[in-house]
Amino acid sequence: MATKVHMEALSPTMEEGRLVKWTKHEGDAVKSGETLAEVETDKAVMELVARADGQLLKVMVPEGTTVPVGNVVAWIGKPGEKVDGDGAGAPAPKSERSAVSGAREAPAPAQAAPTPAPKPTPAAAAVPADATRVKASPLAKRMAKDAGVDLKLIQGSGPGGRVIKRDVEAAPTAAPALASAAPRSADRAPRTGVPYEDVPLSQIRKTIAKRLVASIGPIPHFFLTTEIDMERAAEAREALNTQLGDEGGKISFNDIIIKAVALALVQHRACNAWFQEDHIRYWNEVHIGMAVAIEDGLITPVIRNADLKSLRQIGAEARELAGRARNRRLKPEEYTGATFSVSNLGMFDIDQFTAVINPPEGGIVAIGSIVPKPVADGDRLVVRRRLRVTMSCDHRVIDGATGAAFLKTLKQMLENPLAMLL
Amino acid sequence: MLRPYQNEPGSFVANQFDVIILGGGPAGYICAIRSAQLGLGTAVIEQDKLGGVCVNIGCIPTKALLHSAYIATLLKESKDFGVEASGVKTDYGVAMKRSRRVSDQNSKGVEFLMKKHKITVVKGTGVLQPGKKVKVGNDVYEARKAVVVATGSRVKGIPQIGLDINKTTVISSDDALLMERVPDSLAIIGAGAVGMEFADIFQAFGVKVTLIEALPRILPIEDAEASDVLTKSYRKRGIEVIAGAKVSKATVGKDKVTLEVEAEGEKKRVTAAAVLMATGRAVNTENIGLKECGIQLTDRGFIKVDKNLQTTAPGYYAIGDVAGPPMLAHKGFREGSVVAELIAGQKPHPIRYDNVPSVTYCHPEVASIGLTEDQCKEKKLDYVAGRFPFSANGRARGTGETEGFVKILRDKKYGEIFGAHIVGAHASEMIHELAVARENEYTVEEIDLAIHAHPTMSEAIGEAALDSLGRVLHI
Repeated sequence: MATKVHMEALSPTMEEGRLVKWTKHEGDAVKSGETLAEVETDKAVMELVARADGQLLKVMVPEGTTVPVGNVVAWIGKPGEKVDGDGAGAPAPKSERSAVSGAREAPAPAQAAPTPAPKPTPAAAAVPADATRVKASPLAKRMAKDAGVDLKLIQGSGPGGRVIKRDVEAAPTAAPALASAAPRSADRAPRTGVPYEDVPLSQIRKTIAKRLVASIGPIPHFFLTTEIDMERAAEAREALNTQLGDEGGKISFNDIIIKAVALALVQHRACNAWFQEDHIRYWNEVHIGMAVAIEDGLITPVIRNADLKSLRQIGAEARELAGRARNRRLKPEEYTGATFSVSNLGMFDIDQFTAVINPPEGGIVAIGSIVPKPVADGDRLVVRRRLRVTMSCDHRVIDGATGAAFLKTLKQMLENPLAMLL
Repeated sequence: MLRPYQNEPGSFVANQFDVIILGGGPAGYICAIRSAQLGLGTAVIEQDKLGGVCVNIGCIPTKALLHSAYIATLLKESKDFGVEASGVKTDYGVAMKRSRRVSDQNSKGVEFLMKKHKITVVKGTGVLQPGKKVKVGNDVYEARKAVVVATGSRVKGIPQIGLDINKTTVISSDDALLMERVPDSLAIIGAGAVGMEFADIFQAFGVKVTLIEALPRILPIEDAEASDVLTKSYRKRGIEVIAGAKVSKATVGKDKVTLEVEAEGEKKRVTAAAVLMATGRAVNTENIGLKECGIQLTDRGFIKVDKNLQTTAPGYYAIGDVAGPPMLAHKGFREGSVVAELIAGQKPHPIRYDNVPSVTYCHPEVASIGLTEDQCKEKKLDYVAGRFPFSANGRARGTGETEGFVKILRDKKYGEIFGAHIVGAHASEMIHELAVARENEYTVEEIDLAIHAHPTMSEAIGEAALDSLGRVLHI
């Protein structure tokens, strides 16, 4: 009897997946545990693996198609076995998904019977089939946690596909290759005579759209801009980096800004708050979301308790999180739970911009470039390094004066970095 | 009597089987049972008794004799427990005969299992032939799927220094297991499991025992701390232990043997009524047609096999002692089972040779799994050792079996159990908790989380795990 291959819920929030690429093709022999296809979820590109041995009899959905979780995407069975060609559209009932995992142990009958669809046996139906549950040994779990490896991305080689030590050790440290056909946003537009290219929305783009529409639409934004003199912060940074010498882990402006924002938020709890429909949650802890551009989108890893961390700690953490963010290896708890965010486009020579609030956070600051500018010093003109910061505020949480007060503190901190020691 | 194998519906071809197994020892008979379970027509060829060395002249009868030794020792010390046994006499002949009955029962048990699974047992000496055939006398048996070599091993002496086994003054474990009377004194050369167990047995039966080991400590493959406990325990009982010893010369007389032994820079003369050779075993690879079939050997004389236990000749597998160390019945059991599954086209879980328990049934018992502390050091592993002595264990105090300890070597970072060593009463039974833990990659924390019944010796395992975490409770 042929076995259905379903679109599995490869992440806890996944509702549908885009079939990026079939790594096995019709007629290929497949073994249980082998990768059949790459599927893009709302968070990452993951592998869809075979749950049965046999031949990949039929592929039901072409590459690039987005399929709801639970739908049949392919059939595995004995060579020559007939399968039901209409299985693609209808989502499989839960009990049939159970039958997939149960079917692994069932010996295949010698004679391949043409069969419309495998009927769930009562025994198989009793087996809980949660595609998001990961079987792993206690040792493998610990090692994976430590290495920041997502066990769901690893193919287990232990009994029953359990992830064991050697699987974690063999897990690639690099991110799975992105097979997306979408052009990189940074690519130059090719002048080929074709006026435009239609690229389907990737899952992460959809998520961004959903989130940001939810933001700029119902959220009454207002913006506050101030210009900050960064001369002393720059001097402090140079002095600190000279002090660090060859130790590595140099302090960046971004580290200093994150620290200053965190410390300013401690003083202005009114800005460190979440709008929660029927209430406002004012945070006592400060967790700074840091917008990181990744291929085909952005994500905001969180530096927790940034107010309590040293510049070096913030720097090390920011680099590590940004690195894994770009490789799409962040764990959900690493990009959720920020109380306030910072978006920095300084490195792209942007003088000033407005950032969109990441709800339910009440505010975000947009950091431009630090540029030397002529400024009046009394009645003289002097050249100073200046930074333009724009704060976006959710007016339901933060009022104009509240936001201005926070920005004033931030400005003082950056203009007189010693104030951060207070 | 041959049971014809049904080849195709309606036709019978005599002497044809799916699987033919040469040797009915532990590896062979388990391979036969598992093959039969998987629906394969199976034959076992055995020249002696079913069950092999293990059942007839190894594991099983020695365990019977060790229990006799245990009772003798117990009775000598029973006064402290309020039980006075006067006039305790030992009779090795009676103990030996009891051990033979136990062996026979077990061998008959294997015969029964063969019948139960409709496995054909061919009595005789088999010789492999090309084309997956085995010749026994004038009969040729043909395997449709595979031939499995499970010919095992045998005792060996050291003829190079004049210690060729003569069965009277220079004996092997085979002879020791069939003796009617014990000699007055016995020198045992080799302090691995066999030497250790016979030293224990014969000392309890009143023999003056000298135990000689070439390597720097007795039980050389075990953890050094285990060797220490056993050295002390044996010496306390009056067994002379000479480790790091080189036997340079042996003079074999009619009723005594004199050995020239060099140890720690000193020359020593050991005279005993007999010498028991326990220096290792030779594999049975001669005269079974290996070469003719294209089956190669390793440098160390074992049959060369790949990770699926397939020999260099397609269709011929090797399992058990002939397939390489460790030469342990339970390793052979597993190989037999795995090969049967491979032949039947299944995909068995690969054997973890680093997770085979090692047990010596001397008193106190020594059982271990995984790496020793010295091996952890050699591999430069970042480890933490946790220990718990039985002297601090309530159950052990109750039975007066406070010798020994549990030691767990764990990875400092993740708590993986690199190795575990138990010396003490019932160590052989307790080691499996750690075998299960390692097989499933449990860490020391899962060992601790599992509630251990009180009072038991096994509590010491939980305590050793806790000790490795720096939070031992009962010391």
